[in-house]
Amino acid sequence: MKLDYVLTKNRLTLLLSGDYLAYDDAEAKKRLFQEVIKHAPAHIDIHAKDLGKWDSSLVIILFELQKLAHKKNLVFQTEALPEGLKKLLDLALAVRPKPPQQKAPAACFLERTGAYACALYHICRRGLSFIHQTIQSVGHYLTGSAVMRRVDLWFALEDAGPKAIGIVSLISFMVGLILAFVGAIQLKSFGAQIYVASLVAIGMTRIMGAIMAGIIMAGRTGASYAASIGTMQVNEELDALKTMGIPASDFLVLPRVIALTLTMPLLTMLSDFMGMLGGGAVGVFMLGISPQEYWKYSVDAFDLTNFLVGIFHGLVFGWVIALCGCYYGINAGRNADSVGAATTKAVVSAIVWMIVMTGIITWLCEVIGI
Amino acid sequence: MKNILPIEAKNITVAYGSFVLLKDISFAVKPHDIFIIMGGSGCGKSSLLRVLTDLMPPAHGDVFIDGVNFTKADTIEKNILMQKSGILYQSGALFSSMTLAENIALPLQQYTSYSAQTIRELVALKLALVGLAGFEDFYPSEISGGMKKRAGLARALALDPEIVYFDEPSAGLDPLSSKRLDDLIIDINQTLGTTIVVVTHELSSIFDIGTNSIFLDGASKSIIARGNPKTLLKNPPNETVYEFLTRGKHHAQRTP
Ligand SMILES: Nc1ncnc2c1ncn2[C@@H]1O[C@H](COP(=O)(O)OP(=O)(O)O)[C@@H](O)[C@H]1O
Ligand SMILES: [Mg+2]
Repeated sequence: MKLDYVLTKNRLTLLLSGDYLAYDDAEAKKRLFQEVIKHAPAHIDIHAKDLGKWDSSLVIILFELQKLAHKKNLVFQTEALPEGLKKLLDLALAVRPKPPQQKAPAACFLERTGAYACALYHICRRGLSFIHQTIQSVGHYLTGSAVMRRVDLWFALEDAGPKAIGIVSLISFMVGLILAFVGAIQLKSFGAQIYVASLVAIGMTRIMGAIMAGIIMAGRTGASYAASIGTMQVNEELDALKTMGIPASDFLVLPRVIALTLTMPLLTMLSDFMGMLGGGAVGVFMLGISPQEYWKYSVDAFDLTNFLVGIFHGLVFGWVIALCGCYYGINAGRNADSVGAATTKAVVSAIVWMIVMTGIITWLCEVIGI
Repeated sequence: MKNILPIEAKNITVAYGSFVLLKDISFAVKPHDIFIIMGGSGCGKSSLLRVLTDLMPPAHGDVFIDGVNFTKADTIEKNILMQKSGILYQSGALFSSMTLAENIALPLQQYTSYSAQTIRELVALKLALVGLAGFEDFYPSEISGGMKKRAGLARALALDPEIVYFDEPSAGLDPLSSKRLDDLIIDINQTLGTTIVVVTHELSSIFDIGTNSIFLDGASKSIIARGNPKTLLKNPPNETVYEFLTRGKHHAQRTP
């Protein structure tokens, strides 16, 4: 297993002997190639009488040598090689179409800015047209002409409703607990710990219930929408829908939007309730407030307007989650990575848009005075 | 090495739970064979391939690779045996987030201690062998279906396997591309001496490349014919095989 050669005036003879299995002697290879480049012998041939077993590690040496010989117009004689090895080299060196050159020249700063602005415009357009299509689909649904399977709606409802109860309950309970705990530390210094009940009741119903339900559902359901629709894109199922003349907004988006429209207000209520329960646990077991008293203060602080504003938040969050999930799923690329990217974007954008919507709703409430 | 069989299946049963696809079948693949597994759609060809490559355990029986019981081997032994085989999946199964070069380099980096330069050269060689020289930096999404299969083959050949499995290599390819892939299979078999197992129901491939075969039958869950496909056509052992190999022409003639 050595890479020996004999160099005469215009002939280099490669001496192969023994086995070449997993042969990887960089030094020897470099020496051989430098010799060929330096002396450019008109003929290169091979002595292979004593060649034993070989694998690709030997083939690459011959392959590279042959390519070099071609480039330098040297004669490379493979006759002495065993039949299989010779054919293999012929196969590897057969003339085949070259890949197209597809690298575009680098763009200048102005060009890139322009392209960026164009891309931004197209993204906005695509987003708005997606919302437009969804609203149209809701119209189709209300007039009974939507192409949607009942079972899909049923599955979506089940997934976004009963199956989400556990995690929403758990997290909301914990948040109520934390809210009460943090509040109690401050209120205790005034001897006003009883107002923990009011704090939790107002905080949860007005906004925290909706936010918690929203964030959980964005991570749980929005992500799953993006992943499942994105996978359909990879499998060309979306193309199939399109060519059948079935709008994806009817068939895929509608059931999910309806499902979250129905379940998010309910989940928000659940979250409100569980949060208050969590607060109650702190009040009763840590602050020594009696359950009756805690209940009374909670009811006193409970305000129907606050509660309804909270539910409305939940409803809007439901739309945001469904739209973000479906949008990024439908616009996913066609490989495994892009489905991952779509899922990430769906969750991140849903959370960002929920915060934006909270701001807008709060401002609207301010304007109309509630 | 002379009388060790590359693949030997002994009394294997292929099943999903209680749903039995193939019952108690045995066969052996000889060195340097191009071994065809044929049969109608849904008779369990792909499932059998999954069993042979240990993607799924047989419900019963053993698979021997190079005389070693693959089914009962421990993880380390299995790993060694797996390096002896390469698989070309139906769709190529290239990793979409990697370039062709990275796809082919992956098993080399995993299993060998070659230097980066050598790996680069090996990748170039394997791509050249399958007719994709110069396509190193392309992503799978940028090349055609036939090229994806050939790139998948280049990856399957990365470790100089002794056995290469193909699942329906001609599926989804035009006749010319599929002919070229068949030629490539023969080239690989002859130049590298690789044992090849091909699952297919493409008649032209079966006759062009096959040196030995088994015919699976879904109804009886067994092998109903075996041998060189051309010989099978001359002396068909039964009606089903004859109709399959003549594409039902014989049947159509009898009942006009
Ligand atoms: N993961 C699975 N679970 C249950 N049944 C399966 C599974 N995969 C395949 N099958 C069933 O096994 C049968 C054979 O499948 P397959 O091996 O792919 O057939 P072939 O490749 O011969 O067309 C089919 O009827 C299919 O329904
Ligand atoms: Mg199959």
